[in-house]
Amino acid sequence: MPDAVLKIFRGDSKGGEYKTYKVPIEDGMVVLDAVHYIQATYDPDLAVRWNCKAAKCGSCSAEVNGKPSLMCKTRMDRFAQGEEILVQPIKTFPLIKDLVTNVSWNYEQNKRIAPFHSDDAGEWTVYQEDIERVQEFRKCIECFLCQDVCHVLRDHHRTDAFMGPRFLVRVAGLDMHPKDDVNRMAYLKNEGGIGMCNITKCCTEVCPEDIHITDNAIIPLKERVVDEFYDPVAIFLKKVFGGKSKKTASS
Amino acid sequence: MENYEVHEFDVLVIGAGGAGLSAAIEASGMGVSVGLVCKSLLGKAHTVMAEGGIAAALANVDPKDGWKTHFRDTMIGGKMLNNWRMAQLHAQEAPDRVKQLEHWGAVFDRTKDGKILQRAFGGHTYKRLCHVGDRTGLEMIRTLQDKGIHQGIAIFMECAITKLFKDGDRISGAFGYFREDGRYVLFKAKAVILATGGIGKAYPITSNSWEYTADGHGLAYDAGADLIDMEFIQFHPTGMVWPPGVRGLLVTEGVRGEGGILRNNKGERFMYKYLPEATKNDYAADDKESEEWVNAAVSGAQTTARRPPELSTRDNVARAIYNEVKNGNGSPHGGVFLDISYLPADRVKKKLPSMYHQFKELADVDITAGPMEVGPTMHYTMGGVRVDADTQESRVPGLFAAGEVSGGMHGSNRLGGNSLSDLLVFGKRAGTGAANYVKGINTKPDIPKEAIESAIKEMEEPFSRADGINPYDVQKKLHTIMSTYVGIYRDEKDLETGIAKLEELKSQISKVGIKGSKAFNPGWHLCRDLRNMFIASEAVARSALLRKESRGAHSRTDYPNTEPEFGKYNTSVFDKGGVMTLEQTPIPEMPADLKELFEKKEPAHA
Repeated sequence: MPDAVLKIFRGDSKGGEYKTYKVPIEDGMVVLDAVHYIQATYDPDLAVRWNCKAAKCGSCSAEVNGKPSLMCKTRMDRFAQGEEILVQPIKTFPLIKDLVTNVSWNYEQNKRIAPFHSDDAGEWTVYQEDIERVQEFRKCIECFLCQDVCHVLRDHHRTDAFMGPRFLVRVAGLDMHPKDDVNRMAYLKNEGGIGMCNITKCCTEVCPEDIHITDNAIIPLKERVVDEFYDPVAIFLKKVFGGKSKKTASS
Repeated sequence: MENYEVHEFDVLVIGAGGAGLSAAIEASGMGVSVGLVCKSLLGKAHTVMAEGGIAAALANVDPKDGWKTHFRDTMIGGKMLNNWRMAQLHAQEAPDRVKQLEHWGAVFDRTKDGKILQRAFGGHTYKRLCHVGDRTGLEMIRTLQDKGIHQGIAIFMECAITKLFKDGDRISGAFGYFREDGRYVLFKAKAVILATGGIGKAYPITSNSWEYTADGHGLAYDAGADLIDMEFIQFHPTGMVWPPGVRGLLVTEGVRGEGGILRNNKGERFMYKYLPEATKNDYAADDKESEEWVNAAVSGAQTTARRPPELSTRDNVARAIYNEVKNGNGSPHGGVFLDISYLPADRVKKKLPSMYHQFKELADVDITAGPMEVGPTMHYTMGGVRVDADTQESRVPGLFAAGEVSGGMHGSNRLGGNSLSDLLVFGKRAGTGAANYVKGINTKPDIPKEAIESAIKEMEEPFSRADGINPYDVQKKLHTIMSTYVGIYRDEKDLETGIAKLEELKSQISKVGIKGSKAFNPGWHLCRDLRNMFIASEAVARSALLRKESRGAHSRTDYPNTEPEFGKYNTSVFDKGGVMTLEQTPIPEMPADLKELFEKKEPAHA
């Protein structure tokens, strides 16, 4: 088999260039294997994040031929023989070096979300059918590819006003948990900026865990926010019959 | 001299997997200040890869289960070499830890009546593993992570520790660097909890991630702690064998727990013939009984059928597969066949979703339509820092260890599912132990300037050898030595050769060099990691040479029998004046009431 040709971004926030490498191909090889080969053979200082190499940890996110991907899941035989494979760091977050970006903003977002809370301290009876949806959201491996591809963050740089699809999924997982008793709707509407999402579904398309981010998480949350703040009938009924049992999170 | 930033905490936790997070949450909950250091981003630690489940005798599926049976299974699985007190605390406390995790937001799969669902695993008498499909580790680490970030714990991501400091005999802090830009950092701390995991990266075929470079084993050894049971390396029976890039990647024991059948290239279900006499009666005698058990498991019914032979302990299944391949009965890529495709496709996808995707995407194999090819992969380090069973403190005052980096809990062979419960039980205990310890310390930790300077010098040196040896080449050679001479089967000649080759290669560590800057430079990081991997590798090889018997995961072809005399000792490894020194130390004596559990033929019901 002829060698594969990889063109990899080498550089940091001050600038950089693309460097071309030749890598011998093995059966079933993925892009991350090729990057590791380069590291061990040519450039030990080539920066790349990875942990599990099994699509379970979400560390090795990059843009391969322009497509936000996990490098450990991107097979080399997906590319035509001799095709140059362009590997770039994810674009939305500040570059540290080579393929590694500073994703700490995401961890700050997570910290701002009111954590899980339940007053029920006893033994829980919870049925499978009531947690299927929550389990879908909890499959998230925090690769941040959805954040990378979201145009509010990627093109409009609104990290100041929008938490991004990953954390809408996170909130959905908390909000739909049958035992959780915190109301995060005001947070979603204000600091979380849920209104900024105009459901283009780009996030859903890149999710390596096949979470239906837009349909199952974001749209239902948008509906809940509308019910809470904009629906005159719901607001009237709430005044008459009392609000939901969930307590509003102080943020 | 290079600059460094300084932080001060009562307790510094190194490692943010299940054990480290549990320890940090517990210690900070007790009112002491806590710093948490992790080599990767938060939530990416090796725990995230755990698949099958958390072993805890909740008795939700098999009402007869209880802590005594779990304790008994654990000791028998470890061939009685376990620290009995750790095994007891583990079995007693695991159910509460699982319920606590649930109350912190973990969403386990459920039984029909709305309880936490439990599945079968090797060596466990009853269905005991609480799980979330085959991504239990992710659920666990995310729950602990989301709990931990609201506790006031200071978290330092992508930070590696290279040195522990002592003030007299006591721990006084740690030194390290941030991966991002290579800046140095000094942590002053009254106590340090090691939660750094295992040593898998000393082997070429492993289910372990890059982080498993024996950091805690090396740091503890350098600080004067002793390591026990290092000869016991668990080879998981079922790793992927093809394609080459994923060789070693874990195939969860959950596949066998759900009914997966092992066959050789003649179609023979070979595990029946590898069941040890002592435990043979706990397993199904034929296909009919195995099938009855699987059908009951699928429908959630009780059955008197015994579990299939594939659910023997990991050490035994790994040896069986090794021998089948060696005898020419292997699959095309040098493994054996593991088949779950006889069950309905929907059930396989529901119970083993990530296995389904892993094989589909990485190996072009549809596991609902045909068998997988699997073979042994280095998976777990039973040995580690010797700790007090109740507090997790090592023999160095102020140095604690929890999870895989500690030794004793699992004896000579760990049962599947006992790792995640270990992390929760002993992570919490280490947190309590360290918090109580620092409450009794009134002095400020002192770190001599010279010690800091020497730690900096060690890290700077590889840059002075831009044309030095490539650290990746040294790691490759280490891999060859460990897999050739210190693998599943060992004998005296191989081990002696291996030790000699390790000695020889060790001299190259001081000659490794690196180009480039300190900014996110994996080659530079490896230069330091090599030292820890060599300490651990040498400890494994030397301990294996000293144990002239076969027990659990340690198989000597020249001493194939389990010798009662060797069952009285742990092998202890420590540094004495710069020389790795070994001692056989007596195992703690089990009290009479627990001993009784092993005299009965029937499983004990708690």
